[in-house]
Amino acid sequence: MTIIYMLIPLGLVLLVAAVAAFIWAVRSGQFEDLATPAERILLDDDRRPPE
Amino acid sequence: MSEVRQARGEADWSCYDRAAVQSKFVTRQRDGLAVASMLIGGVRCSACVCLLEEKIGGLTGVRAIRVDALTTRAEIVWDPGVIPLSKLFAAISELGYTPQPYAADLVEHALGLEQRQSLYRLIIAGLGMMQVLSFAVALYAGALDAMDPEIQRFLRLVSLVVASPVVLYSGMPFFTGALRGILARRPGMDVPVALAIGAAFTASVWNTFRGSGEVYFDSATMFVFFLSVARFLELTGRRRALSMTGALARQMPATVTRIVDGGIEAIGIDELAAGDLLMVRPGAVFPADGIVERDEIRVDESLLTGESRAVVRRPGDRVAGGSLNLMHAARVRVENVGADTVIAEIGRLIVGARDDKPRSVQIADRLAGWFVVAVLFIAAVVGICWWLIDATRAFEIVLAVLVVSCPCALALATPAVYTVATSALARLGLLIRNARVLDELHKVTDIVLDKTGTITRHAFGIGQVRVFGQLPEDRCVEIAAALEAQSEHPIALAFRAQRSAAGAQNVRAVTGRGLEGSVAGREYRIGTLEFVADFAASDTAGIGPGDTEQTIVFLADRDRVLARFAIEEQLRPGTEQALREFERRGKTITIASGDRAAPVRVVAQRLGIDRWSAALSPASKLQMVRGMQQAGHRVAMIGDGINDAPVLAGADVSIALASGTSLAQVSADCVIINENLGTLCSALDVATESRRIVRQNLSWAVGYNLLAMPLAATGLLAPWMAALGMSASSLLVTMNALRLSRRIPQSASPPMGPLDQIVSARARG
Repeated sequence: MTIIYMLIPLGLVLLVAAVAAFIWAVRSGQFEDLATPAERILLDDDRRPPE
Repeated sequence: MSEVRQARGEADWSCYDRAAVQSKFVTRQRDGLAVASMLIGGVRCSACVCLLEEKIGGLTGVRAIRVDALTTRAEIVWDPGVIPLSKLFAAISELGYTPQPYAADLVEHALGLEQRQSLYRLIIAGLGMMQVLSFAVALYAGALDAMDPEIQRFLRLVSLVVASPVVLYSGMPFFTGALRGILARRPGMDVPVALAIGAAFTASVWNTFRGSGEVYFDSATMFVFFLSVARFLELTGRRRALSMTGALARQMPATVTRIVDGGIEAIGIDELAAGDLLMVRPGAVFPADGIVERDEIRVDESLLTGESRAVVRRPGDRVAGGSLNLMHAARVRVENVGADTVIAEIGRLIVGARDDKPRSVQIADRLAGWFVVAVLFIAAVVGICWWLIDATRAFEIVLAVLVVSCPCALALATPAVYTVATSALARLGLLIRNARVLDELHKVTDIVLDKTGTITRHAFGIGQVRVFGQLPEDRCVEIAAALEAQSEHPIALAFRAQRSAAGAQNVRAVTGRGLEGSVAGREYRIGTLEFVADFAASDTAGIGPGDTEQTIVFLADRDRVLARFAIEEQLRPGTEQALREFERRGKTITIASGDRAAPVRVVAQRLGIDRWSAALSPASKLQMVRGMQQAGHRVAMIGDGINDAPVLAGADVSIALASGTSLAQVSADCVIINENLGTLCSALDVATESRRIVRQNLSWAVGYNLLAMPLAATGLLAPWMAALGMSASSLLVTMNALRLSRRIPQSASPPMGPLDQIVSARARG
């Protein structure tokens, strides 16, 4: 059972990595607007929507 | 220490005493008092509002304070001679809130920060909870199966490491909220929550290091996570409202063109001062109230007053900020700026109307207060009893009582349903800004509609056409369309829908009368009867203006008057059908318009509505709705203009149209984005359905509580069982809410998403 002394800290490292990845995602603005990106892909690249 | 902090606080806020800084968000009144509008960070519930109103309102020199819990905006009326503004800022920050002058950019900024923080809190609580629960399963299994004490110690230690950020970071809002509630002597739901989390965590930490006794990391993290979900859902709704409030400031153009010696310069709207000479392009909005300097101009005030016709303003006349310049570039001398403009005045009327709105929320808060006191009382009694029976078990039993009594199911019951209903309605084409709407919608007895822009579109169309000569009707329309194609006058736009192959030459506009020009070599005039009669050789007797309630234009050539066009407002598609639907549901329909009586009567007759009032000012519209409310009616108001904004804020439920002004949208509880009033019928169905589900959820949550509380108090329920049961109950409530999305009726017309809007905007060119 001593393997858990290594596996659990390893799991914690992954946890920290997951939290860090999430914080990066939020910081880079991926959660600011959840609706538009889904529809943006359907628009032509060469024409911008009217402001 | 406190002196040091105070000194520092004063130094921090003193910049707000400078007149130049204040000019952005402070208005001076005639009686020497001043009004400051600000944004107060940290306001989360009506308890905070009460605290602020008590403490700040109690300062000498402060005449009045109003805080909006939903948008966290505050308005303070104070006497600058008695207390400087910096003192007010310092006092607010001393209460633990962060005051900011209200400006759109700050709203945006605060919004972004709050959004990010709540997301961080939620995800850390969620991931942490999963880890702690997996350790907890091992610990429970180990307890049954004689685990190695060394491993048990290790598992408890890692649980502590993971649970600490969950409790101390994700759970922080509950601790600060509870502290604030206790300091204000108005304990909210945060108090038992903070007590349960804090006690469970402290005891677990203590027992971990002591090496004996129970640990409750699983209960504590689960509790934090589920409450964070409830709080996040609630915050999402409030954020949407906040972002729409920011639109208020964006109503105004960002830059304006100022005429200075020898040229023009673009300046920010903030730099605009009274006395500046401005150039306003045709099609642009006047940024401030002002006096027309030269040239006659034509402005569209329909958003401000509801008047459907363009208004002529001559040199020396006033134009109101927010109205639209229809003609050539106008020169305007600025009279009032920003907070002093007509628009800003209406804005304050809105805030007042909204604050006086009858609120069921307050009752809910008072109930929550009693509930909290009762829970704390029961927990204390149970604790004392168990202390006398078996002191070793007293702690875990009190903990179980606290966890059970403050169930997430109760906290989630309403927000979960509202979130599902809100997103479902958004798919149908109705944006809900305030979840309270769902409660109120089904109680509505009366529906009051604005005319201009709501029942009708902001456009004219050709109604009845009468032909007097040999020329066929379609040829007359074609000639008229060719002539009018050269004009930007609103009446000319009525002819835009007509395709005209013919081109007109030498078109000349005669202001206030009509147009003249030649089509295919023949000269024509179009306009008022006198204007064309001057031109046509033949007698105009018998043609007569006829029905004077409508706008009529005549077409004539050199010989005779050819045709008579009735110009009428175009009804919004689907309106008539929607009104019939409302009537079928037993709602009384009334039209309240700021326009003149004649056009309102025409529209009311066309739709078969008996109850209508015209020529109402924003204040009298509000008064009318107030009267209906006092008579016991529940009023839903639908409007789009700035003049509708105060009444929208004062109605029980208010609905704005997406094509309307952002001021109206800000004041309304919901916005119809697909422009079809029929969407509201679907909303009525959804409201009824969601209310049913909220009731189911609440009765489940309360029933569960009544059942679990005695079990916890008698010691049959361990804290982990309480936390597990609570989570299961929350899950059930959420699943029940999700049922709603499958029951929502499909809309008659396809909703318009942002993509459709972009596509259709392109199609229009």
